[in-house]
Amino acid sequence: MAASTNVAQPALFVRPTWRTGLRSWLTTVDHKKLGILYILSSFVFMGLASIEAFIMRLQLMRPGQQLVSPDFFNQMFTMHGVTMVFLAIMPLGIGFANYFVPLMIGARDLAFPRLNAFGYWVYSLGGLMIYTSFFLGGAPDIGWTGYAPNTSLSANPGLGVDFYMYGLFVSGIGTTATAMNLIVTIINMRAPGMTFMRMPVFVWMMLITSFMIIFAFPPLTVAFLQVILDRTFGTLFYVPEAGALPILWQHLFWIFGHPEVYIIILPAFGLVSEMIPTFSRKPLFGYPVMVLASILIAFMGFAVWSHHMFTTGLGPVVNTAFSLTSFIIGIPTGVKIFNWLGTLWGGNIRFTTSLMYCLAFIVTFTLGGITGIMVAMPTFDAQVHDTYFVVAHFHYAMGGGALLTFLGGVHYWFPKMTGKLLDERLGKAAFWFIVIGFHTIFFPQHLAGLMGMPRRIQTYPAGIGLELWNLMSTFGTFIMGIGLVLFAINVIKTFRSGKPAGNDPWDGRTLEWATSSPPPYYDFDVQPVVNSIDALWAYKHPETLHVEPIDPRKAGREYDPHGIHVPGQSWYPLLASLAIIVGSYGLIYDNLVLAIVSGFFFIFTIFGWAFEGVGGHHVHPELEGERA
Amino acid sequence: MRIGWLWRALPGAALMFVLSGCSLVGEQSVFAPAGPLASEQLGLFMYTWRLSIPVMLLVGGVLVYVIVRYRNRRGDDSIPGQTHGNVLLEVVWTTIPVLIVILIAVPTVRSIFRTQSFIEAGEEDVVVTVTGYQWWWKFEYPQYGITTANELHVPVGARVVLDLESGDVLHAFWAPRLGGKVDLIPNQDNQLWIQADEPGVYYGQCAELCLGAHAYMRFRVVAEEPEDFQRWVESFQQPVVQTVSSDPLVQQGRTLFAQKGCIGCHANDNYAEGISYGQPQYPNLTNFGLRYTVGAAVLDATLDNVAQWIMDPQSVKPGNRMPTLWAADDPNREEEARAIAAYLLSLGAEQRTADAGSALAMGVPGGN
Repeated sequence: MAASTNVAQPALFVRPTWRTGLRSWLTTVDHKKLGILYILSSFVFMGLASIEAFIMRLQLMRPGQQLVSPDFFNQMFTMHGVTMVFLAIMPLGIGFANYFVPLMIGARDLAFPRLNAFGYWVYSLGGLMIYTSFFLGGAPDIGWTGYAPNTSLSANPGLGVDFYMYGLFVSGIGTTATAMNLIVTIINMRAPGMTFMRMPVFVWMMLITSFMIIFAFPPLTVAFLQVILDRTFGTLFYVPEAGALPILWQHLFWIFGHPEVYIIILPAFGLVSEMIPTFSRKPLFGYPVMVLASILIAFMGFAVWSHHMFTTGLGPVVNTAFSLTSFIIGIPTGVKIFNWLGTLWGGNIRFTTSLMYCLAFIVTFTLGGITGIMVAMPTFDAQVHDTYFVVAHFHYAMGGGALLTFLGGVHYWFPKMTGKLLDERLGKAAFWFIVIGFHTIFFPQHLAGLMGMPRRIQTYPAGIGLELWNLMSTFGTFIMGIGLVLFAINVIKTFRSGKPAGNDPWDGRTLEWATSSPPPYYDFDVQPVVNSIDALWAYKHPETLHVEPIDPRKAGREYDPHGIHVPGQSWYPLLASLAIIVGSYGLIYDNLVLAIVSGFFFIFTIFGWAFEGVGGHHVHPELEGERA
Repeated sequence: MRIGWLWRALPGAALMFVLSGCSLVGEQSVFAPAGPLASEQLGLFMYTWRLSIPVMLLVGGVLVYVIVRYRNRRGDDSIPGQTHGNVLLEVVWTTIPVLIVILIAVPTVRSIFRTQSFIEAGEEDVVVTVTGYQWWWKFEYPQYGITTANELHVPVGARVVLDLESGDVLHAFWAPRLGGKVDLIPNQDNQLWIQADEPGVYYGQCAELCLGAHAYMRFRVVAEEPEDFQRWVESFQQPVVQTVSSDPLVQQGRTLFAQKGCIGCHANDNYAEGISYGQPQYPNLTNFGLRYTVGAAVLDATLDNVAQWIMDPQSVKPGNRMPTLWAADDPNREEEARAIAAYLLSLGAEQRTADAGSALAMGVPGGN
């Protein structure tokens, strides 16, 4: 590259510089490529989880069916939950954050690009590792919550539980690393002039989410470690025969588990808070209130975990305390819904597919919130806990809340990521199938639960009034399935031959629309500078703002004769992740030699990582000509 | 355009039609409470449900208004007023949820202490120790010194205090028409109370994943008039020992019950005077003839069903742990299983009073 100058690096560890081809993806440290990898992996895992859901719905279509055995059915709902929570929806939020947080704050990458790559590889390989259990004696069958003592060796001698524990333990390392990365990036690498209260709300949500991840994952990791020690090394944390109190697992799990709900939904809140203002052509209503409400939700999210345990006999005082904190968390959530309505109010609303997903989100999430208040009443929760009422509730909150929003986010940001606009007609057709299908699946499940259908049952008897609701629910999977297929067709078709999008197809408000579509690998030619919230919008529509707007694309610093430093790529994140995964197989199969060899290999990769040098080269976009 | 509106209204109308055509009352329905606990729990739900309707109407109404009023008209490229917020509105729509939450919280807290406080069981209460096993229920009555499995007999109108324990993994005792569930957790003493207001048979089910055949871990609660309940208790305290039967099938069944090894696991006080054999971690079969169901309430206890269950348990309840006693090609297996079934159904059968049917069919308050 004529415009580039190489940076001297040590001879032993040369950082690769491929920009295309498979090797460029395996060694990439570019937040955009990793974001795309995250998003694609999430959708692959989501496809697997959908197949599992479909098998469950077929089995439950009629009473007393025996399409699949109870053991296989248990594996299906376990893997569906594990996949959706840990491998699909949460990484989807992280994937969007990977791609768009640096762009939105005017940075060129995350603070630690190789750590970011490591986070991705550990997550995706950890997820794949759990899925190999299907071919290695059976997947975990303990529910996504993995309650003790279902996980003890005496109750569950198969390897499925080990795959669950090691896979999620390992994935958790990646999630935690990426969360720290996001925090450092957001705090340190914002564009000049972008104070905290000028940050896009999506960035705010990812900052809060990352802090939640940092605090929520350690208890879960401890719990995983306890079970791993129990099963591999013979400790007695969760062995009731030795006097253990298995309720401990539930506390540790839900101290993580409830914040996890917000870890999933806050990025979705952020996305809605970006899309609704863009398509209403108005700023977000009550920006500081939205931010404060989310911080409050995040704090309170750590104080409500026992509302998942109202039926475990904690007693009336504890149940009252956790009931009240759960009610309180409903207040900021309600405030957010009103603020989104306030943003729409008085706007000039363009009904793009993205916006329609946002509106569907508001409806679905409101219903999920109302049932959330209901299950937060311990007296009534005693009836519906562990029933399909709860299944419906959390699918309304997380499926209808997060998933619908992320689908809208794909429509919103696809043009930025690929330079091509998704087909709106096909997108809207898919939208209607998905939304109608979703409600056909999950609304009847409220009633099935109230009619006495527990969750996680492989079959149910005829004659107690469950037939119709289950039939409707299964019927809905076909409708939603058509929608998801249309969505996939739309993405593939557009990717091959879509309409060119231009750099700013939606008249966007945030900085990612100030660069080209797709952005160059160094993100911005000139470091953007902002002097207000929604600075790009203010520049495009100066009549709407009181302060003197500046062009965030042009008002950068003085030309730096060194150009932009772009780091080289690296094999070490992938190699370190592989070492961890192979070592996990070694521990699962009690093969200490393999585990120790992998351990040493891991240490080698860390040394290689540390000593491979800065690498990379400097880019001079001015010399390459005007891009955007 | 007009047809478009009709098209959009159809799904809603269809749903209304479906909803109005079906009853939400069933054998396991929260909407058919038959005791004070379940009534209180349903009452709280109905209260919150009514409160939530205005919230849904408000959000839905505003949303529809916004969609209609502020949608982009073709060619309208104007930029609307750039409102950033409104403090008064924020205060108002923070206060409204606070008020709603208070309205819900007060009755909730009162009901928690009414329904979930620890009970010191008195003389007038019936105490039952419930132990969950994969995948059946043991019911012990310490006041009467009797034990049974999978069918919990209780007197109508009495408070029944259940001490919940587990013999292996987690389970949850849930009889929706009598009250909400509480988990059975190893090494932990949990408590639940229920009370049936009307005689009848109430359905129940394990509601906490216990692996394998979890879906088939069902039970019944049989609520009887106090005098019937007393007779039932006595039939267990002094079980009829029956060593000889005039029915040759029953006689053959008794022999096979020992020969095939049933007796090694299953206690049976009717088998011989003073000896019940069996082990406590397997279902006690004493007075099996009084049972309504077999296989932890999976099948009605008819001769055919019981025989099928004994002959091939996996066909009835996949994943359960009862051994299959005959090879699949054993020519005698049907006949022998039938003999054992006949024997089991004869145990205590002469003490059987009139069948208590489903309480639902008998038109209990809350039904329809």
